[in-house]
Amino acid sequence: MKNFLALVLVLLLSAGIIITLQNNDLFPVFGEAQVVNRVSDHYITKGSTQPIIWGETTDAEDGAANIVTSIVVNYRSFDTLGEVTVLFVSAMGVALLLSSGRTSKRLALNFKPNFMLRVGSRALFGIILMTGVYIILHGHLTPGGGFPGGVMIASSVLLLYLADDEFRSKIKGFKVLEGVAGSLYVIVVLLGLILATYFLQNFLPTGTVGDLFSAGILPIVYILIGLKVGSEISGLIDNFLTEEEAA
Amino acid sequence: MIQYAAIVLIVLGIYGLLTNRNVLKMIISINVMEVGLNLFIISVGYVTDGFAPILSSVHNSSALIYVDPLPQALVLTAIVIGVGTTALGLALAKNMYNKYHTLNLDEMRDE
Repeated sequence: MKNFLALVLVLLLSAGIIITLQNNDLFPVFGEAQVVNRVSDHYITKGSTQPIIWGETTDAEDGAANIVTSIVVNYRSFDTLGEVTVLFVSAMGVALLLSSGRTSKRLALNFKPNFMLRVGSRALFGIILMTGVYIILHGHLTPGGGFPGGVMIASSVLLLYLADDEFRSKIKGFKVLEGVAGSLYVIVVLLGLILATYFLQNFLPTGTVGDLFSAGILPIVYILIGLKVGSEISGLIDNFLTEEEAA
Repeated sequence: MIQYAAIVLIVLGIYGLLTNRNVLKMIISINVMEVGLNLFIISVGYVTDGFAPILSSVHNSSALIYVDPLPQALVLTAIVIGVGTTALGLALAKNMYNKYHTLNLDEMRDE
């Protein structure tokens, strides 16, 4: 009976959504979105009347070749500052809920890892870590950026946890790194207020679109975000994989 | 028309949230809902034959047709926040299990 009521409710809700969308001029047909009429047009053309050419245009309003990155870290950086704060608060909540104090031990594995598994996972750890760092560094040129790269770094820590029964990450180091990276992010965006005119302003020259050293403060901010996200998620993994020592 | 598939995912998540009493299944329902919502937001910005909004040596001019980058940036934010909320929910579920030795909300009683 309860399931039937839920079904009726859900069907009513979906009918309401579909009817609302069908008679709405603001809702585009799939594939026919008019980007020119939207604010996104400014992000794609970077506010200039001349087309932006990859590898040629210099000193554009925003020098990132990846337009999504230019929105996330430049045009709507305030959004990202809030997002990083939300992630920090949730990581802190998990640490509070699962805090195991000083006498914590990691979860035991069901098997004894042999030599090959331990050495192989160490080798793979380096490769995954380097891929994560590469993705963070090229966040303004290629798909990816601080958030996926940070999660990739955390996944390399998870690999060591799963393949080695004696591995225990230095959780205190992660906490320090996270705090330093988060504070540096705020300091860098505050420098925009001091050196230029407003908060979050890109005060460095933006260079040539497509170069590694381009886009002003965007790569710096994304590296800091990557370090922060990587250490935060690694801390989350450590919290979940340790438990209180039975006193 | 394919946008309605995303709406199906959203209402599927709501249905799962209404009918399940298991904490883990409720967290998974929230995640299904979130995936549907993210797909819907992405689909609003799709342009037929548009390129991914990244300038490269192949698509080297901003005068080409690109899909709308703004919904993608918003969904990037939403995914990260989804990870945070899921981690918090799982931590709560772990604490519940440690206290009541069950994940079913109906079977939880005060000791």
